Amino acid sequence: MEIREDLKYTREHEWIKIEGEQVIMGITDYAQGELGDVVFVELPKIGNKVEQFKPLGTIEAVKAVSDLFAPLSGEVVEVNTRIETEPSIINQDPYGEGWIVKIKPENTKELDSLLSKEEYEKLLEQH
Amino acid sequence: MIEKLIFELSNPGRIGFSLPEIDVPQKKLSDILPQEKLRENQNLPQISEVDVVRHFTRLSVLNHHVDKRFYPLGSCTMKYNPKLNEEVSRFSGFSDIHPLQPEGTVQGALKLMYELSEYLKEIGGVDAVTLQPSAGAQGELTGLLIASAYHQKKNHRRSKVLIPDSAHGTNPASVVTAGYSPVQVKSDEKGLVDVEELKKLTDQDVAAVMLTNPNTLGLFESQIEKIEKIVHDVDALLYMDGANLNALMGIARPGDMGFDIVHFNLHKTFSTPHGGGGPGSGPLGVKKHLAPFLPVPLVEKKKDQKESYFLNYGLPDSIGKMLTFYGNFGVMVKAYAYIRSCGASGLKNVSESAVLNANYLMASLGDYFDLPYKSFCMHEFVLSGTKQKKRGVKTLDIAKRLLDFGLHPPTIYFPLIVPEALMIEPTESESRESLDEFVSCMIKIAKEAEENPEIVKSAPHNTPVLRLDEVKASRELNVRWSKNVK
Repeated sequence: MEIREDLKYTREHEWIKIEGEQVIMGITDYAQGELGDVVFVELPKIGNKVEQFKPLGTIEAVKAVSDLFAPLSGEVVEVNTRIETEPSIINQDPYGEGWIVKIKPENTKELDSLLSKEEYEKLLEQH
Repeated sequence: MIEKLIFELSNPGRIGFSLPEIDVPQKKLSDILPQEKLRENQNLPQISEVDVVRHFTRLSVLNHHVDKRFYPLGSCTMKYNPKLNEEVSRFSGFSDIHPLQPEGTVQGALKLMYELSEYLKEIGGVDAVTLQPSAGAQGELTGLLIASAYHQKKNHRRSKVLIPDSAHGTNPASVVTAGYSPVQVKSDEKGLVDVEELKKLTDQDVAAVMLTNPNTLGLFESQIEKIEKIVHDVDALLYMDGANLNALMGIARPGDMGFDIVHFNLHKTFSTPHGGGGPGSGPLGVKKHLAPFLPVPLVEKKKDQKESYFLNYGLPDSIGKMLTFYGNFGVMVKAYAYIRSCGASGLKNVSESAVLNANYLMASLGDYFDLPYKSFCMHEFVLSGTKQKKRGVKTLDIAKRLLDFGLHPPTIYFPLIVPEALMIEPTESESRESLDEFVSCMIKIAKEAEENPEIVKSAPHNTPVLRLDEVKASRELNVRWSKNVK
């Protein structure tokens, strides 16, 4: 299972990567392994306002449906439409091609409440 | 395919049934139906009787069913369905009647419905029962609509319904369908509702609290009296999901615990075929203060006359109808037959044996699988496959491997609060021998997970079809057959 150095994490097993004024978000390798084969992702609409740690969509695997939570408050600026037809890329490449949405954050202070690689590793040890 | 479709077995000119000679004047179809409705070729299979019988017998043998082997599917209560129930439900006085027949001509059927309601009132400790809901989830929706009508009548403005995180998925779905927002209550380390958390969340905006007792971990909510007080202090209603009633019959009654509303799953607790074997039935019981809101009609007995039953539509505060006519009547007949043949002491025996069987399995398997909640269970219990997962064997693999031994797997990945969950409910139907057989298969799989994980991960090996592509089935489900497309 892979946890990347250059990312920040949430307690709900999402990762974000800061890219200029935007952040890219997806689910972690651990999360895709726990969920099993992803069959459907309900994506938010572009322009939607999202609130930190509130649901922004759902992810459906063979065994269960889970909420996806916004890692930061802000506006959805892009969604990965490829996962609508090919959700299995979330299992194959959770940190790359399997990204889910891009958000333009409105308050960078919220970054402080996200976890570093080491903190996320510790969280997983408790699981 | 291992068995051809019946259409593929068809041969022109073969006939499986000869119709009796017609004894009424014959009319041409074209005189009765408009031209565009007439078809020359209906594409019906043409097969002899023996081939029809063999075809369906072969299919029934490929299928897993409770008449064949053990079926420990947690929370579904797949108990054996006594054949007596089937026989009784086929009496012509029950099977050949029409819902629009005059009441005077169906007194027997109405009496059966009336008495079934009386039995359910006694078993549930409630004051009134509707038999209308067609399954458990519709019972839930009926109960929530009644809660909504109750609050409207009292001019309460409520928007939330509290549900524990171990609840059946139907609970939040019913809440949303009824127009409320579900709010999750955490379970404590014992697997019970966290009463402090519940207290914090229960305010004047809460319409109802839905609990399953025993809960889906198979644990009795021992703080129920405290919970009842918290809920009723804000004039919210306490709803019981009766899916797990098989643990309680003749021992404890939801009404006595303070529940205002409870649904019964006739197809689980009262032994009528389900899970593809027949329709469900989810009667709903309520306390006196909610009786005016029940769906119409209710079956009632005229007091001034000798044994006369009627359908009462005269409930001005009723939420209306939940289903065409009166519910799944055939299921009611079977449940009635079951209750009458068990009797009060028999139903108590049912629950006691169901609890004993579950505890026997739990004690027998506790050394081989993780047991997240170790106290005595009620009629079901939950194991976790985390020990096996460390060897790369997932709970899904364990479930698939059980198929190789001819056993139906337990419910898996539910409740959601247990990782790699296996939810096992043996029911009272099983003998010591069949329980021991299940235990030995589970222990064998636990050993395989240690010594030869590949055999478990690639299971099943002995079934008519091997591991299915569940992703494809979920995304591109196609169950339609067409004669011209292969």
